[in-house]
Amino acid sequence: MSSLLAETADPAPLQQFLAKQERIGLLRFLTCGSVDDGKSTLIGRLLFDTKLIFDDQLATLKRDSVKHGTVGEDIDLALLVDGLEAEREQGITIDVAYRFFTTDKRRFIVADTPGHEQYTRNMATGASNADLAVVLVDARHGILTQTRRHSFIASLLGIRHVVLAVNKIDLVDFSESRFAQIRDEYARATRDLGFLSLTAIPLSARFGDNVIERSARTPWYTGPSLLQYLETVNVDPAVDVQPLRMPVQWVNRPNLDFRGYSGTIVSGTVRPGNRVTVAASGRTSTVSRIVTMDGDLESASAGAAVTLTLADQIDISRGDVLTNAKDPISVADKFDAHIVWLADQPLFPGRSYVIKLGTRSVSGTITHIRHRIDVNSYAHVPAATLGVNDVAAISVSLIAPVALERFADSRNLGGFIVIDRLSNATVGVGMVEAITPGSTNIVWHDMAVDKESRAALKGQRPAALWFTGLSGAGKSTIANLVDRKLHALGRHSYILDGDNVRHGLNRDLGFSEADRVENIRRAAEAARLMVDAGLIVMVSFISPYRSDRDAARERFEAGEFIEVYIDTPIDECRRRDPKGLYARADAGQIRNFTGVDAPYEAPAAPELHLHTTQADAEVLADRVIEELRRRALIT
Amino acid sequence: MSDRHSHLGRLESESLHIIREVVAECRSPVFLYSIGKDSSVLLHLILKAFYPSKPPFPLLHIDTGWKFREMIEFRDATVKRLGLDLIVHTNEEGRRQGINPFDHGGFYTHVMKTEALKAALKQHGFDAAFGGARRDEEKSRAKERIFSFRTANQEWDPKNQRPEFWNLYNGRIHKGESIRVFPLSNWTELDIWHYIMLQNLPIVPLYFAAERPVVVRDESLIVVHDERMRLHDGEVPTMRRVRFRSLGCYPLTAAHESSAATLPEIVAEMLTARTSERGGRLIDRDEKDSMEKKKREGYF
Repeated sequence: MSSLLAETADPAPLQQFLAKQERIGLLRFLTCGSVDDGKSTLIGRLLFDTKLIFDDQLATLKRDSVKHGTVGEDIDLALLVDGLEAEREQGITIDVAYRFFTTDKRRFIVADTPGHEQYTRNMATGASNADLAVVLVDARHGILTQTRRHSFIASLLGIRHVVLAVNKIDLVDFSESRFAQIRDEYARATRDLGFLSLTAIPLSARFGDNVIERSARTPWYTGPSLLQYLETVNVDPAVDVQPLRMPVQWVNRPNLDFRGYSGTIVSGTVRPGNRVTVAASGRTSTVSRIVTMDGDLESASAGAAVTLTLADQIDISRGDVLTNAKDPISVADKFDAHIVWLADQPLFPGRSYVIKLGTRSVSGTITHIRHRIDVNSYAHVPAATLGVNDVAAISVSLIAPVALERFADSRNLGGFIVIDRLSNATVGVGMVEAITPGSTNIVWHDMAVDKESRAALKGQRPAALWFTGLSGAGKSTIANLVDRKLHALGRHSYILDGDNVRHGLNRDLGFSEADRVENIRRAAEAARLMVDAGLIVMVSFISPYRSDRDAARERFEAGEFIEVYIDTPIDECRRRDPKGLYARADAGQIRNFTGVDAPYEAPAAPELHLHTTQADAEVLADRVIEELRRRALIT
Repeated sequence: MSDRHSHLGRLESESLHIIREVVAECRSPVFLYSIGKDSSVLLHLILKAFYPSKPPFPLLHIDTGWKFREMIEFRDATVKRLGLDLIVHTNEEGRRQGINPFDHGGFYTHVMKTEALKAALKQHGFDAAFGGARRDEEKSRAKERIFSFRTANQEWDPKNQRPEFWNLYNGRIHKGESIRVFPLSNWTELDIWHYIMLQNLPIVPLYFAAERPVVVRDESLIVVHDERMRLHDGEVPTMRRVRFRSLGCYPLTAAHESSAATLPEIVAEMLTARTSERGGRLIDRDEKDSMEKKKREGYF
C-alpha cells in the first residue's frame, strides 16, 4: 500500500492537511434544556451553516420538512437530528443523537438530548461523555424546571463548563434587558453547581443569529458567537500529572510464556521499570513491557489502551487496578454517592443490585437514602425510596471491597452504574462523593470462639433454610415439622417465622414494597447471626421478591443458604385460607396482599422445590431432612 | 497509533476498550464481518485489542450469494492470511426459492440478510455481535448505543434503549437476548479512510477507480458484474471509470465516476464530496425510514 502513496502525483498538501487534522483538538458537548427550546434546531443550524450537510441529505430534509416540518415553508433543521420515525412524527426528541462536525480550529461530537422529563435518562447518557453543556432557554419562557434539572444532572455527571444559549431572541425583539434578566437568574440558580465557566449567548437557532457569526441584530452583545466560543473554550483537565491508574479489563494469555494485563490507562503515565501496586490485593511488582501490536512502547499515558507485562507472577484479574507503588488507590466497600435513578421500578434501600465501577462488577446495596434533592429548588428532602428521574445522596455498601476514587478526582474510577439483578437493566448512575474512612478495616470483630467451633460442639454444620411461598402455602407447617425432626435427632435448630418476627423485631414495618424489603433484610441478618452461633435456622417468610431473597443469600457463605420453595397454587391457598386472610384481601380489606394485589416472584432455581399438592407435609418435611443429610449438614 | 493526542489514536484506544469489554462481559461473541472498509478497520482493531493473543471469537459473514466476486476473494484471502475462524452463512431456503434482488426488492434484503443473520446468530448461540456501523452514516444509527440491546427476537426498540454512561457498558442479558456492539460508533467516514491510509490496511479493490462496465439506472451507476445482471430494454453497458464508496450486494450498490485510484486520492475525493456515503446503497431508498425499520427487525 505504501507504493500507492508514492504513485500519487502531489501528496504533500493532502498529507499536510491530514497531519493538521490529526492535531486538531476534540470538544464533546451536549445540548440540553426544556422541550421546544430549540436544541435540535440549533444543531441542525450548526451543521447547515458549517456546510456539513450533503446534497442528498439536504434533498431528504426538504422532503421531510414538507411532511413533518413545524416551521411553515422553511426547511425544519431539527429534522436533521431527530432521526427516529416516532421523533419526526411527534416533532420531539426521544433519544440522544450524536453528530460530528469539524472546523479548521476544532472537531466536535455533539449529543443532541431530549427535553422531556420522561427521557431524562437519555439526556444523562448524552451528558456523561460531554465536556461542556449548551443549556438552551427559550427567551420568552426563561428558566424552567427542566432547565434546572438538566443543569443539575450535567453538574453531577462531571460537566464543569456551561453555555447558556438564550434562544429565540428574535421573538423578544432582541431585547438586551430580557437577555440580562435570564442570564442573571440562571447564574443565581446554578451558583452551587460547581461550574468553572458559564457563558451566556443570545441567539436564534432558526435564523442563525450569533450561531456562527456575531449578529448585527444584537449590537449590544459583545461576546463571541456560539461557534467561536466552542472553538476556543479550554476544558482540558490535566490527567497526565495524576497518579497511574489502569483498571485491568482482560488477562491476556496466548500461551504459557506470556501473561499480560490489558486495559486503558485512565490517569498518569507508565514506563517499563516502574514499580506498580495491584489494588485490591496490595501486591507489588515491576512493569516489564508495554505491549502493542505496533511494537513495545517506551511509555504510555492516560487514554492509551495497552497490555502490560510484569516481572513477577502475581495474581491479577479483571477488576483489579494497577497503580504507582507510591500512590496507591483507596480500596473500600462502603462509600457515599450521588445517584440519578433511571427506572420506573423504585429504588429500595437494602435491595441487592449489581454495581459496575471501572471494570469491576460486584453486588451491593444502597444502605440508606440520606436525602433526595429537589431538582427545581435543589433543596434536600427526606425519602424512603426513589422514583424515576429522582436525584439523591445515598450510602452504598458492597459485598467485597473495590478500588475506587472520588468522582471529582476521577470520572473513570468514581462513576458507577447500578444494574437490576432480574431485568439486567441499567437502573441508576452514581458518582462517588466520599469513601467511608476505614471501611475496608471494619472486619467482623475477631471472636475467640468461631462459627466452626460452635457448630462442631453441636455436631452439625450451621445453615439457613429459607422457606418461601404464598401465604397459606404451608411454610410454617413444614418448617415446624422439620424443627421437630431435627430436635428428635439431637440437632440445634430455631425458626424465624414471618408473623412472629413482625410482632417484635419488625413491629415498625408495614406492607409497602419498601417495608417488605427491610422486613426480609432484618430476617436475613437475624438468621445470619444464628448461623454464626452454629444453629440450623429455618426462616419462614413469604419473601415475594426474588432480588430480596438473592440479597439474603449473599449474606451467607457458599452452601449455608438453602432456598426451599413451598409451591402451592394460589387457588389451593385461597381454599385453605387458614387465617381468613384471602377472604379479607379479596374483599379489599387488606392491601398489598401477595398473590392478590401484590406480586409473588417464584424462585428460578431453589435448592428444594416442594409441591404441597403432591405429598403431605410429613413426607415433605422428610425430604428436607434428606436434603440436609445429602449436603452433609447433619449426619 | 497509541498517541492519544492524535485524533485517530484517541478513536483507536476507545474502540480497543469497547472490544475488550465485550470479551470480558459476554459469553459468546462474534464479529459480523461484511468485508467492506469499516470491517477492515474493525478487524484490525480486534487484532490489536488482543495482541499477542488471537481474537477469542470467530468471524461471521452473511453471504447473500450476490456479493461482488472481489469481495469473496478478499474475504477468503484475509482469513487465510491472518489464520482466523470464519463462519459463512447463507439462507439456503431463500436461495432455493430463488429470492433475488431483481424481483424481490426489500423482501430480498429482509430474507437474505436480516433473516439470515438472525438465524446464524441463533444457530450458533452468539450473545454479542460486533458490527462496523458508525453514527455518522445514517440518522437512525446516530441514535444507537455502543452496546445495543436486542430482545430474544433480536429486535431493536429505539424508543427504549438502555442508558449508557461514560465507558461503563452493561453487557448483562438473559438467555436468548443479545447485544450488538459498535466499536466504530464515533468514527467518521473520513477517519476510516485516513486510518486505512496510515495503517496501510488492505481493502477490496472495488474501492479504487477502474474501467468497469456500467448501466445507468434511476440516476445510479450499476456495474454489470456477472451474467445474472438483468438488463432493461435499451440498456447497453458502457465502460466508465468508477469506484465504490460503500459495498453491498452488487445489483443494489451504485458506483460513482471517479479517478481516485490510490488511498490519498480517495481521501482527497472524500474531502470534496457533496453526497453522503450511503447515497449509493439502493436498499436505503426503498421506503421512508428504511434503515430504522430494518434495524428494528434485526438488520445491522
